Amino acid sequence: MLHALALWLFCFGLWLLLSGYFDVPLLLGFGVLSCALVVFVAWRTEVIDPEERPLRLRFNLHIFSYWPWLLWQIVLSNLDVAKRILDPRLPISPTLITLRPTQRSDLGRVIYANSITLTPGTVTTALSGDTLEVHALTREAADSLLEGDMDRRVTRLEGGN
Amino acid sequence: MAVLIDLLSWLILLGGVAFALIGSVGLLRMPDFYTRLHAAGITDTLGAGLILLGLMLQAGWTLISVKLLLILIFLWFTGPIATHALSRAALLDPDNPPPILHEEAPPSKS
Repeated sequence: MLHALALWLFCFGLWLLLSGYFDVPLLLGFGVLSCALVVFVAWRTEVIDPEERPLRLRFNLHIFSYWPWLLWQIVLSNLDVAKRILDPRLPISPTLITLRPTQRSDLGRVIYANSITLTPGTVTTALSGDTLEVHALTREAADSLLEGDMDRRVTRLEGGN
Repeated sequence: MAVLIDLLSWLILLGGVAFALIGSVGLLRMPDFYTRLHAAGITDTLGAGLILLGLMLQAGWTLISVKLLLILIFLWFTGPIATHALSRAALLDPDNPPPILHEEAPPSKS
């Protein structure tokens, strides 16, 4: 029941932000109804996950230092790849590497794989079991992934849970 | 103050356009599919990000900015998944040429 309520609250919050109607009762009513419909469909298709407790911080406060750090990494690697594209010699050295992420949960591993893909210069090509295959544009990008700084930071995200 | 924000927003917009352009140039210059994905990543992340940030500065503290922020968040959450699906599909199909790799043997962490 709490899951459904949390889902409804999230949907309605999003609806309010996207519609911008705060004072038209008819439209607000439609919003309430459509969000309820979404919750009903989610309940019927059993997508409301019963294993997760709702409204709980799945991750600890490290997420607030992780996001700015990731953003900075994205900017840095963007500049690096942009520089290489504009270089007439096109100094790239494509590399395929295999990583062993240290995250314990699926969500942690997905966050790690997504972070790798989000930074230009590295793309996760396969995520199966406990190995991660990464295609890197340059040797340096592959090496910095092998050092495992990002891996440690993502693992710290799920620590304590 | 308004002029300053306007100026800053235009600078950021121009930066976004520059990155989108660099990404497109990279798309043309890169030798194979996988390296092209990296070039497209530039357009996806900083190109789109800076353009949306510049538009947010134009809109100010309004609901439009919130919507632009939501676009940015959804784009940055879903973009990597699309890229991953593309590269995985390309690697799994045996008819596709294998990725061009650098001469040295790839390192592997155990």
